[in-house]
Amino acid sequence: MSTDLPTALHYTAEHEWLQDGSPSTIGITAVAADALGDIVYLELPAVGEQLAAGAVVGEIESTKSVSELYSPVSGTVIEVNQSAIDDPSVVNSDPYGAGWLLKVDVTSTGPLLTSDEYAALSAG
Amino acid sequence: MTDSSAGIKSPLHDEHVALGAALTSFAGWQMPLRYTSDIAEHTAVRTAAGLFDLSHMGEIRVGGPDAAAFLDYALVGNLSALRFQGARYTMICAPDGGVIDDLIVYRDLEDAFLVVANASNHDVVLGELRGRAEKFENVTVVDRSPQTALIAVQGPNALEIVHATEGLVEDGGDIGASKYYACLPATFQGEPVLVARTGYTGEDGFEFFLDAPLAPALWRAFLAAGEQHGLVPAGLSARDSLRLEAGMPLYGNELDRTTTPHDAGLGRVVKLDKATADGAPIDFVGRAALEERDAATPSKTLVGLEGLGRRAARHGYPVTLPDGQAIGVVTSGAPSPTLGHPVAMAYVTPETSAPGTDLAVDVRGRLEPVRVVPLPFYRRAR
Repeated sequence: MSTDLPTALHYTAEHEWLQDGSPSTIGITAVAADALGDIVYLELPAVGEQLAAGAVVGEIESTKSVSELYSPVSGTVIEVNQSAIDDPSVVNSDPYGAGWLLKVDVTSTGPLLTSDEYAALSAG
Repeated sequence: MTDSSAGIKSPLHDEHVALGAALTSFAGWQMPLRYTSDIAEHTAVRTAAGLFDLSHMGEIRVGGPDAAAFLDYALVGNLSALRFQGARYTMICAPDGGVIDDLIVYRDLEDAFLVVANASNHDVVLGELRGRAEKFENVTVVDRSPQTALIAVQGPNALEIVHATEGLVEDGGDIGASKYYACLPATFQGEPVLVARTGYTGEDGFEFFLDAPLAPALWRAFLAAGEQHGLVPAGLSARDSLRLEAGMPLYGNELDRTTTPHDAGLGRVVKLDKATADGAPIDFVGRAALEERDAATPSKTLVGLEGLGRRAARHGYPVTLPDGQAIGVVTSGAPSPTLGHPVAMAYVTPETSAPGTDLAVDVRGRLEPVRVVPLPFYRRAR
């Protein structure tokens, strides 16, 4: 699976990516989107919701399967990607760009990986 | 991502790799899950055509003068009544009436049959057939799977593509003039191919059995002929969503050893009235249990469920009354690409099985509303 991982992002073992700092934009990796297949439904937390790092905060459903979305950070949701909810295929086509999922005011982060560490993990 | 490199390779493995397929382990085989997009492949089969590698399926040749009588005994169907160049959907059951596998049997030769089993049950079916053949003197049961490839062209444009395929000669007759569930001999590059008008997608389509070494050339010939007819290679993911929309059972989901054909709404495949030429009833494995089952009130019924929300019911999820009281279990479920809402098949209590009944499915801890609907979910226009 050929995936060019943006090196400026942080990653998690659960296949999320996030931007450095706060507020942070969060999404799922191309590896995760490819494994799911065509994504048809996103269930995301509401603006204002408090997230705990490592907790399940949403669902990503494809024709083939469903995957839970884990929050890589603790903090408050300040924006959700309504256009991705309306057309989840953007998560497949542009997972690091237009297919972002959440923006969060971050208070703390869970365990994060560099792009190299994530590449090693997702290749194994 | 994890175990995709495990398993037996299809004779078309190199074609799949060259096409960039995502591979998956399935029933001990390494098979294409998808080439590009599940939905695009699914939609191509509904609107144009899809090309499938089904070489993982088990092909078992049953021959000899007693072949028809043997199959009447070994299977629940009436195979001696199957006409030459016909095909039949049937099942092999255990003595207690539980389904060992669902099968398609082709009478491609006057005195011999090709039994096609699911990949996951191939060894079990082969063993059962060999065991059940012991009481017959003139039957041969030969496993043809290792040297046999199976390629399917499915969809409304399938016939045009088959007719346009370079090197494929329908010298045994025009398959386009045959009915659904027929088979004819043909040749590809001079070598024999069995063409069957069968499938597992809910569309018109054709399946081609041939010697494995010839398969890559036929695969490429189909892709070349199909280019202007919208043909795309389609993986197991699309195959599963297509058969679900068509309301077709999948062994391991709707069918298993604890399920009788009647439970699955397929009691019609059990031919309790099959008889010898002089009118004597034919005994077959499972007969006594299935006679009882035929007369009894069912304890569970297979139904279609239409999801009223957006979260799809999946295999194994509990089906409940709207108040949460459990009354069944989902056997297969997915968002339907054709219909645009979730669909599922489920076993429920007979009293909750009427179309129009409002039920719910426990989707990971939250009840999602569903409604019982008639199967299939999708039926092609004819």
